[in-house]
Amino acid sequence: MQRIRLRYTKRGRLRFTSHRDFQRAFERALRRAEVPMAYSAGFTPHPKVSYANAAPTGTGSEAEYLEIALTAPRDPERLRSLLDASLPAGLDVIDAVEARTPGLADRLTASVWELRLDGVDPAEAERAVAAFNAAETVEVQRLTKNGMRTFDARPAVVSLQSVTPHESAADGPIDQPCAILRLVVRHVTPAVRPDDVLSGLSAVADLAPPVPAAVTRLAQGLLDDETGAVTDPLAPDREADPAAPAASTGAADAATAKAPA
Amino acid sequence: MPVESVFPQLEALLPHVQKPIQYVGGELNSTVKDWDECDVRWALMYPDAYEVGLPNQGVQILYEVLNEQDGVLAERTYSVWPDLEALMREHGVPQFTVDSHRPVKAFDVLGISFSTELGYTNMLTALDLAGIPLESKDRTLDDPIVMAGGHAAFNPEPIADFIDCAVIGDGEQAVLEVSGIIRAWKQEGRPGGREELLFRLAKTGGVYVPAFYDVEYLPDGRIGRVVPNRSGVPWRVSKHTVMDLDEWPYPKQPLVPLAETVHERMSVEIFRGCTRGCRFCQAGMITRPVRERSITGIGEMVDRGLKATGFEEVGLLSLSSADHSEIGDIAKGLADRYEDDKIGLSLPSTRVDAFNIDLANELTRNGRRSGLTFAPEGGSERIRKVINKMVSEEDLIRTVATAYGNGWRQVKLYFMCGLPTETDEDVLQIADMATRVIAKGREVSGSNDIRCTVSIGGFVPKPHTPFQWAPQLSAEETDARLEKLRDKIRGDKKYGRSIGFRYHDGKPGIVEGLLSRGDRRIGAVIRAVYEDGGRFDGWREHFSYDRWMACAEKALAPYGVDVDWYTTRERSYEEVLPWDHLDSGLDKDWLWEDWQDALDETEVEDCRWTPCFDCGVCPAMDTSIQIGPTGKKLLPLTVVK
Repeated sequence: MQRIRLRYTKRGRLRFTSHRDFQRAFERALRRAEVPMAYSAGFTPHPKVSYANAAPTGTGSEAEYLEIALTAPRDPERLRSLLDASLPAGLDVIDAVEARTPGLADRLTASVWELRLDGVDPAEAERAVAAFNAAETVEVQRLTKNGMRTFDARPAVVSLQSVTPHESAADGPIDQPCAILRLVVRHVTPAVRPDDVLSGLSAVADLAPPVPAAVTRLAQGLLDDETGAVTDPLAPDREADPAAPAASTGAADAATAKAPA
Repeated sequence: MPVESVFPQLEALLPHVQKPIQYVGGELNSTVKDWDECDVRWALMYPDAYEVGLPNQGVQILYEVLNEQDGVLAERTYSVWPDLEALMREHGVPQFTVDSHRPVKAFDVLGISFSTELGYTNMLTALDLAGIPLESKDRTLDDPIVMAGGHAAFNPEPIADFIDCAVIGDGEQAVLEVSGIIRAWKQEGRPGGREELLFRLAKTGGVYVPAFYDVEYLPDGRIGRVVPNRSGVPWRVSKHTVMDLDEWPYPKQPLVPLAETVHERMSVEIFRGCTRGCRFCQAGMITRPVRERSITGIGEMVDRGLKATGFEEVGLLSLSSADHSEIGDIAKGLADRYEDDKIGLSLPSTRVDAFNIDLANELTRNGRRSGLTFAPEGGSERIRKVINKMVSEEDLIRTVATAYGNGWRQVKLYFMCGLPTETDEDVLQIADMATRVIAKGREVSGSNDIRCTVSIGGFVPKPHTPFQWAPQLSAEETDARLEKLRDKIRGDKKYGRSIGFRYHDGKPGIVEGLLSRGDRRIGAVIRAVYEDGGRFDGWREHFSYDRWMACAEKALAPYGVDVDWYTTRERSYEEVLPWDHLDSGLDKDWLWEDWQDALDETEVEDCRWTPCFDCGVCPAMDTSIQIGPTGKKLLPLTVVK
């Protein structure tokens, strides 16, 4: 049995796809592309797909990961382009490697997020970010299925900074004041999401964007504690393959986006 | 003139609503055509939530048929939930199509498909959100033609004020004819405005324009007559019938949504029409005659559809699927073909018949045998004769014995309550039947681990059926009868625990009955309910019986009629019914005779296998039954990897 790890995106309007929606769409794409899937045993066999750490509904992502198990070997790059063509535009499969190492999920310890705040003056965002970074603790509230809970959003945040708009990777025209934040956050339990950091910015500095923030996950991977960088989680599989070229073919540059120290 | 997408404005609202994916479009196999390269533009609406509307076959078929035409485009729109409606009103975002997010008002036609009357208030919400005047008389050249279709359109009188026209019957050819008329009128520079366009449509005899007909009432509230108010429009408007389904293999490219919907499968209509003659069944009466798709046509549609969608289930749809002349070969052929592909096959709407167990066994060859569903509809032998559901209790017991003996663990039985001439005793016999089913099931399966679920709802008399004259049972009497049945089932110590009981209370049925057999005076009720906040009447959590009753009392008072007058009142032979000028092909005298036969408990055979019983459809519509067998078989597909 061959296992293949894929990186995919949720772009543009398809960022409103929930994870369950994506699962159904992906499994149908597997059928249309006639991928020789391995199935679970039992009365209702399911194709073997492991999803890792999906981004919340409504946030875009350049870096979602999953792993599939096949009954017959396939060339990862050919499989990638087949699946990409089979999925709607916006749900794009941008990288594929054969799994040669254990524990992909263990290598997803942090995410790099971009938060685009339309209608917010960059200087104001800068002040709020400084206040957030200076704080020891940032208490925020979130409504969960067990009611409103309060927690500290600060420890999970590795870095938070305001960047100039032209560095933005998000789509959309810039014709009004617009602040862009870049956030590196550790995956902890309970998860600290970009929304929680926005609540934190509101709590410490009254930052109140006039329209909902456009949030995009740029990268996911292993956090290098010394440099604060998030590394490509598929690199170990690629490096373990003696025949593979050194660099990936499909990965976007954002995969190795460096977070500032 | 380019029409801008409203998506940027909508997008800002989406983070605040439930399941935003339903509003963004982008479904696999959806079509976006260039606005300026088309001169006839349709917005097709299913007036319910996206999750219900998207799988609707009627809309998907017309969407594809229209988009295949050069110069014609069709986009889809659905009802938005109240959370988004409130935000759209606050931010001035109009009703939009999900394909290109264009405002509905910019289209030439807004075609609304009514599977049920409970979508009427949702139509008003959509018109208002679109900025289209609610009433036809207030519309201008800037507004689309609002056209109703679907089964409920066979009596469009309750919505006569709100629609510009209605088309009854099969839509495939009708929408093309309408498109041609609109194109010619536009190319000529829209002479005579809306009225001229509607007149050209009405002149065909196949498009009903309510404004061209006057309704006269008698002093007692009944209709005196319905009469054209201008020359050139027909006295009666005919339904449309598509012949040769193999020439219309739609949908070829079924839509695959990202959002979860109520039917997640590749549906193939294996035949249209039904001549079983169940007297309560409007669908069976208005879709005659039976027209089969051939076994090879079905095989091609399934193959192409699965490749285009990646669905994991195929549904073989029709009003009584096991009646297809080659259903055995179809089931076996498909089961063979897809045995290794983990494709599920389902056959809804089957009769109580041991043959169906063989079919069901074939279709579930590789899967689990969980539940089988049958619809005896009536609890007693007598009432089944009244409704012409020719199933004897012995048939049923023999059928379920075969089912339990073949490893099926659960049997669901569907019934109706409130059928004409029904007494408490007819309904209480449902409990006896369920008891016998369980006893037989335990005997043949040798297990106590089997179940039977009784599902029952109130009967609503429908236009164009032999029961169109029948009194509807009041909500109170329906509920009382259902409670007696529930108590009898629950009180059974030996078998009661193996019998599930699910029922719908009688109140929604009264509103459905009011809308089904209503006339133009009901329009004021619908509007009042909408203005009072009524939405999504098919949804228990939104439906308000009290609101409907309060609005009806007020709106109907000036006419001296009330809800009971429309629902629980029996009509006489002479009465002019509000839908008499809409011609479903059924001969009214035949319907009346069938109604009399029902009262005499006399059954009628199926004309598919026995001689014609003169319902009138084939000669009136110049159509005929089209059935096999073709003698062909489904061959295994050659697998190319």
